[in-house]
Amino acid sequence: MSLLKVRDLSVAARGRNLVDSVSFTLDAGERLGIIGESGSGKSLTATAIIGLLPPGLSATGSVLLDGHEVIGAREGELTALRGAVAATVFQDPLTALDPLMRVGRQIGEVWERTERRAGRPHGKGDTRAAVFSLMDEVSLPEPERIAGAFPHEISGGQRQRVAIAMALACRPKLLIADEPTTALDVTTQKETLALLARLVADHGMTLLFISHDLPVVAGIVDRVVVMRTGVVVEEGPVRQVFATPTHAYTRELLVAAERFDRALGAA
Amino acid sequence: MTAVVASAPRRGASWTWRIGLALVGLHVVVGLLTLVWTPYDPGAMTGGRLSPPSLAHWAGTDRLGRDVLTEVMIGSRIALQVGIGAVSIGAAIGITIGIIAAFATRWRDDALAATLDILIAFPTLLIAMLVVAASEQASLGTAILALGIALSAVVARLTRILAKRVIQTDYVTAARVSGSSWLAIVREHVLPNIWPTLSVNLALQFGLAVIAEASLSYLGLGAPPPNASWGRLLQEAQGTVYSAPFGAIVPGLALVSLTIGVNLFADGLRDLADPLRRGRG
Ligand SMILES: Nc1ncnc2c1ncn2[C@@H]1O[C@H](COP(=O)(O)OP(=O)(O)OP(=O)(O)O)[C@@H](O)[C@H]1O
Ligand SMILES: [Mg+2]
Repeated sequence: MSLLKVRDLSVAARGRNLVDSVSFTLDAGERLGIIGESGSGKSLTATAIIGLLPPGLSATGSVLLDGHEVIGAREGELTALRGAVAATVFQDPLTALDPLMRVGRQIGEVWERTERRAGRPHGKGDTRAAVFSLMDEVSLPEPERIAGAFPHEISGGQRQRVAIAMALACRPKLLIADEPTTALDVTTQKETLALLARLVADHGMTLLFISHDLPVVAGIVDRVVVMRTGVVVEEGPVRQVFATPTHAYTRELLVAAERFDRALGAA
Repeated sequence: MTAVVASAPRRGASWTWRIGLALVGLHVVVGLLTLVWTPYDPGAMTGGRLSPPSLAHWAGTDRLGRDVLTEVMIGSRIALQVGIGAVSIGAAIGITIGIIAAFATRWRDDALAATLDILIAFPTLLIAMLVVAASEQASLGTAILALGIALSAVVARLTRILAKRVIQTDYVTAARVSGSSWLAIVREHVLPNIWPTLSVNLALQFGLAVIAEASLSYLGLGAPPPNASWGRLLQEAQGTVYSAPFGAIVPGLALVSLTIGVNLFADGLRDLADPLRRGRG
C-alpha cells in the first residue's frame, strides 16, 4: 500500500494557485525527490502534505497519509497522525532548533513524547541513554559537551545532525527533508547526505527529499517529480528523467547543472 | 544532561541587577516590617504640622502632623501589593488571551486583536472606574483588580505578537510535525522564548501600575485611609510642596527607587533567561 497518495493537490492564496493540481504517490520504503527552481511550490507541497500550511493559505484536493485524509482534517486528528507517521528536517539548522533549550533536552523531549505515545514507561536514565544513542547514530562527536550546549554553541553541520536526530527520535515512517543541506558548505553537505542515505536505509524509512540541486537529489532518491510554477511538469525514475528529459524545463535544469559543474571543474 | 557549558566563566556578567535586587529587597523588608512595627502609629497626629526633618521625625510631618516616614513605609507595602497584584492579574489574563490569539484561526485572531486595540485605546483610569463602579465600593483590592484588567490588554497584545513570531519558526513546525500538542508547544517553546522580552515589559507595567494607583487615589478610588499610598501622599503634599518639600520628596524618592529597582532586576532576569545574552555586560 502506498504510504502517501497526493491527488490534485492545490494550494491557493487569495484565489491564486501557488500549487496547482499536483499528484504523485509514494510507496512505503520508496525515496522520492521533488526538484524545481526557487518558488516553484516545493515547500508548500510538503507543508500541505502534513497539514501545516501557514495561515492565509488553503489546500484542496486529497492527501492520503498512511491511509488518513489530511485535507480538511481537524487539528486533533492531525497531531496524532503526524507524530506517528511523519517527521521533518528543514533547510536552516539554526531556526530548526529552539535557541533557549539545550540540545540534549530538545532531542530528549521528542524521544519521551514518542515513548509516551507508544505507551512505553521510561525513566530519566532511559532518556539520557536514548539521547546519547541517537547522537551516536547521527555521528555527533563529544556527546557530553554537545548535549549540554545551546544551539548557537555548536556548528551548522552539528545543528543539522541534531535536527536529524530529533526527526529520528520520532521513528517516523516518512521522513520529509526540505533542502536539508542547502545552508551547509560542500564538505558538510556531502557528509550530511551520506548520513541521511544511511539512516533511511537502516531504518527502512520512506523519504520525501526536496531540493533544487540536481546532483544532490540524484544521489539519494529513486524517483523524481519536477515542479515548475506550482505544476508537476515531469515525473519518473531518476535515471530516466535525467537521461532522457521529456520536458524543456527539465532539460534547462540539467544544462544549468552541467554548466555549473563545468565551471566548478575549471576552477 | 550535564550542563558543562553553563559552568563556563561568565565574561563581565552584568552587575546592575544587584542594585535592582537591593532596592526591591529594601522595599520588601520595609513593607514586611510595617506589618509589625512603624515609628509611629499610622494616622496618629504625632507632632507639629509640617515640621521639617528632625531626630523625632526623620522625614518631617505632614499638614495633619502625621509622621511622613511612617506613611512612606506603609506606602512601600501598598506599592508592592499594587504592583505584584496588578501585574499578576494582568499577566495571567494577558498572556492567556495573547497565546490563544496567536494560535487561533485567522478571523478569530483578527477579532481578538481588534478588541485588544479598542481596550488599549481606553484610558486605564476609565477602565478602573468602570471596575470600581461595578464592584460598588472602592478598596485596595478593587484598585488592584482594575489596574490588572487595564494592563492585561497591553500584555495580551505584546504576547500575541511575540508568540506569533515563535510559532512561525521551524522548530515549532518540527515539533508540530512530530505530534506535539499545542499546549506542549506553549509550555516547552513559546513561553520560554517570549519570557525574556515579556518579563522586561511586565517590570515596566509594575512601575506604571504603582503610578496609576496614585491617580486612582486622587479620585478616591485607591487605598482607603489610614493606609495612604505614595500616590495619595504626593497628592496631599502638592499644596505645601514649597513650605514643606519633604512631604513630597520622600514618597517621590520611594516611588522612583522601587520602579528603577524592579526594572534593573527584570533586566538581569532577562539576561539570565537568555543564553545568547548571558555573559554579556
Ligand atoms: N505564506 C505565503 N503566502 C503567500 N504566498 C506564499 C506563502 N508562502 C509561499 N508563497 C509563495 O508560493 C510560492 C511557492 O513557495 P515555496 O516556498 O513552496 O517555494 P519553494 O519551491 O520551496 O522555493 P525554495 O526553493 O526557494 O524554497 C512562491 O511564489 C512563494 O512566494
Ligand atoms: Mg522551499
